[in-house]
Amino acid sequence: MTKTGNYNPTIGMETHVELRTNSKMFCGCPADHFGKKPNTQTCPVCLGLPGALPVPNKRAIEWCIVAGLALNCKINKASKFDRKHYFYPDLPKGYQISQYDEPIAINGFLDTSFGRIGIERVHIEEDTGKLQHKKINGENLTLVDFNRCGVPLIEIVTKPDIHSGAQAKDFEQKLQQIIRTLKVSDCDMEKGSMRLEANISWGLDWGYKVEVKNLNSFRFVDKAIEYELKRQRQILEKGEIPNQETRGWDENKNVTVSQRFKETASDYRYFPEPDIPPMEFTDTFIAEIKKKIPKLPAEKKAKLIETYKVRGSYAEIIVSQEGLLELAEKVFDIGKTKGLEADALAGILVNQKIKADTTPEKVLKLVKVKKERVGDIGEVTKWVDAAIIAMPSAISDYKKGKVNAIMAVVGRVMQLSRGKANPDIVKKLLEDRLK
Amino acid sequence: MKKDILSKDQIKHIAKLANLSLDDKELQIYTRQLASVLNYMEILQEVDTKHVPPTYQVLDRTTNIYREDVVGECFSQKEAISQGKKIYEGFFTTRNVFEEARVGNRTLEPSQRKVNDKYNAILTTADPKGVVGHKDLFMTKGIETTAGSRVLEGYIPQYNSTVVSNFEKAGLKTKYKLNQDAWGHGSSGENSDFGPTKNPWNTKKVAGGSSSGSVVVVATGKVDVATATDTCGSIRMPSSYCNVCGIKPTYGAVSRYGVIAFASSLDCPGVLSNSVENLQKYFDLISAKDSRDATSQSESREKKMGKLKRIIGVPMEFLGEGIDSEVKKIFLKAVEIFKKANYKIIDVSLPHTKYGIAAYYILAPTETASNLARYDGVRYGNDRSYFGPEAKRRIMLGTFVSSAGYTDRYYEKAARIRTLIIRDLEKAYDIVDAILAPVSPIPPFNIGEKVDDPLQLYLMDIYAAPASLSGTPSLAIPCGFTKDELPVGMQIMGPRWSEEMLFELGEEYQKATQWHKFRPNSKEMIYDKNW
Repeated sequence: MTKTGNYNPTIGMETHVELRTNSKMFCGCPADHFGKKPNTQTCPVCLGLPGALPVPNKRAIEWCIVAGLALNCKINKASKFDRKHYFYPDLPKGYQISQYDEPIAINGFLDTSFGRIGIERVHIEEDTGKLQHKKINGENLTLVDFNRCGVPLIEIVTKPDIHSGAQAKDFEQKLQQIIRTLKVSDCDMEKGSMRLEANISWGLDWGYKVEVKNLNSFRFVDKAIEYELKRQRQILEKGEIPNQETRGWDENKNVTVSQRFKETASDYRYFPEPDIPPMEFTDTFIAEIKKKIPKLPAEKKAKLIETYKVRGSYAEIIVSQEGLLELAEKVFDIGKTKGLEADALAGILVNQKIKADTTPEKVLKLVKVKKERVGDIGEVTKWVDAAIIAMPSAISDYKKGKVNAIMAVVGRVMQLSRGKANPDIVKKLLEDRLK
Repeated sequence: MKKDILSKDQIKHIAKLANLSLDDKELQIYTRQLASVLNYMEILQEVDTKHVPPTYQVLDRTTNIYREDVVGECFSQKEAISQGKKIYEGFFTTRNVFEEARVGNRTLEPSQRKVNDKYNAILTTADPKGVVGHKDLFMTKGIETTAGSRVLEGYIPQYNSTVVSNFEKAGLKTKYKLNQDAWGHGSSGENSDFGPTKNPWNTKKVAGGSSSGSVVVVATGKVDVATATDTCGSIRMPSSYCNVCGIKPTYGAVSRYGVIAFASSLDCPGVLSNSVENLQKYFDLISAKDSRDATSQSESREKKMGKLKRIIGVPMEFLGEGIDSEVKKIFLKAVEIFKKANYKIIDVSLPHTKYGIAAYYILAPTETASNLARYDGVRYGNDRSYFGPEAKRRIMLGTFVSSAGYTDRYYEKAARIRTLIIRDLEKAYDIVDAILAPVSPIPPFNIGEKVDDPLQLYLMDIYAAPASLSGTPSLAIPCGFTKDELPVGMQIMGPRWSEEMLFELGEEYQKATQWHKFRPNSKEMIYDKNW
């Protein structure tokens, strides 16, 4: 049953981000639920008591708009909430208040190092409670805590524009940077305030997709996608179609496993939430919000490259860590007065993993130390010799004219030096040696 | 559509979506009954709704109702878990979600609840010194609240509804919690899981529903005021059947916070009393914006009505086929009273009246299936096997008409018909101040007479549907008796937020008549005067 024969890795990401508002999405309970005693932050609304009614949190709505705008989305002027129905003990009302056909934001994009990824939608919804599974007195029970229930979530859904695990990883890292810059969420994957799911297939024409959950680190995103693509490819090459299902990433075995999860039939029976009047956003209102958006990582990176002539790879790392950019700019400005190149200083910041709370003076002192260290050409030369012996094919490629092959050897030297060597000097030494 | 559209397998699928476990007999019955109801709904297909937008809410175009991001009070852990059946170290517990659900349906033990009064109107006596009776849909902190369903038997709410709080703030304490059709599902009062309420005018007859207990305690003078709710006639119908005055307010006039939801876009909490004058007093007490109910915050509430035209409409569609001749005669006599009071009476047409029931019985069950999804027995109450037959029927119906592949034909279609019904009324109110209509096509009927035919019972709501679907107010008042000495009521309907005018009209009528003064225990008055 070959449908296309075309193998095109096709991946879409769904990312849930918990907003760091003071209160929950539809009631006044605190939104900060991490590590609290079970069921101590609930009220009639988030506990789904009979007769309770939701009233939306204004700030959460605004922050969803902020996120949408930061991801280059169009904001729907008319938006509304809908009920999404399924039965699960962590969902007290039997439906989740979410958004169906009029999400707050649509049609945006985010540029990754591997190209542009389309953003299908950004919408707002409420989080569920938390389940634990435990054997108590010989009985298998599920324990339910509703502290997290009703915490505002935004869901960011990409178009199926992603083609590799590395690209998905890059997308999610950039997304995290953006959301953190906006200060609407701490995006802490360990605490679950950023949760990732990947929809993976070898192309939409094959007529299936596999959803992979439980991707709680960027590394796992990459690994799980690559694993899953391989697994599906093997099935497709046998002439079969992989099951459309939900799988989870098993971080111990490095495999995805089929999940017996949400045993309910999936017909969510969406309909407009009758308890909440619709939303309307005027152009002025959207413009006001737009004004408040801080400079995003992509803009900052561009500034570093253009103004300070820092190489892209350094700039990217500098903008990705909170506070590092501010330090870097100070260091570059002082460095300039001393005739030090910003790119070299950026190299120190990046390679020596300088923390954002370091003073610029301390960083500049490192320049001297470094100079001394790299001045010891004898030691570096030893590493260079060892690398040349270890990598004959790269050397011969380089000699044949593949200039870039030298970078692999530089990498090897850096490895041998445990990062102490200055790559520029290493490269120069190598070039001299191989003339 | 052929009758066999519903196979037993489909019903099984719907039951699964609705999280109900049905036995074979139930599957069979629901397959037949739902098919008959769905067949009736085919009537909607004759209306062209291509260019009609759907109506999901009636809110005077209110938008952007939010709360500020401020932390408020929470339950203590003790309060939060107080109603859970199985608690473990502060957690609610439930059967392990990875294990298969127990299949099959056990037969429920009969309820141990005892009957408190000869009409079976009172479910709980709270404070004998209290003065208000509350329908058992109103959450009363610390006082059992059941919604008339065994699912909530024994449930002690952790909070008060806004309406109950407002009464308490005015010093009016809760005396009774009152019987009702479970969840508000019914127009006769027979669908309570704790037995039908009896009509004090004739205990063989139904009291009318769903606010059956509420009208009985007012009719029999046990309280001066009782709360009730009207989703499609649940205040007006029992008022009419027990000779009581009731106001079904504008949708959004009275907060729904803490009122157990039946159909959220239609539910209107209101009050019952023995005269319009009293009714207005109590209505004023509870009619207010509530920050906890986003649908109670329409700005139009503040608008004053324009000058009255002194023209009253009588919808011809209500007086054609299906109305009992005696009811019609009594109603037309009531119309004469307004004529004598110098109102111009004209015929108005509400051409989409006949589609009202079909639209209503798609929209309301869809919402009720959703609203009843929270009753899983984990945090409070009993599990879903405790739902009574009518609740199960409506959950099944609502789940079906909103399920994948059927929404366009049913739910969306009904939402568009709703728009047409609203337009009918808007057109009428351009010409008339108010509309007079009977409440029920027939007088109170015998208990048990119609229980096997849900569709016949659904059709009883036909005159209630226009005001409900349009979110407009309607005042039900007594207007006479049949020769069998059974009360007949009429409704005075008006545009949104016209309650004040309705009360004026009602008072004017009650100044000219005595019908509202008759009590079940003083029937002799009926023939004293010939109205």
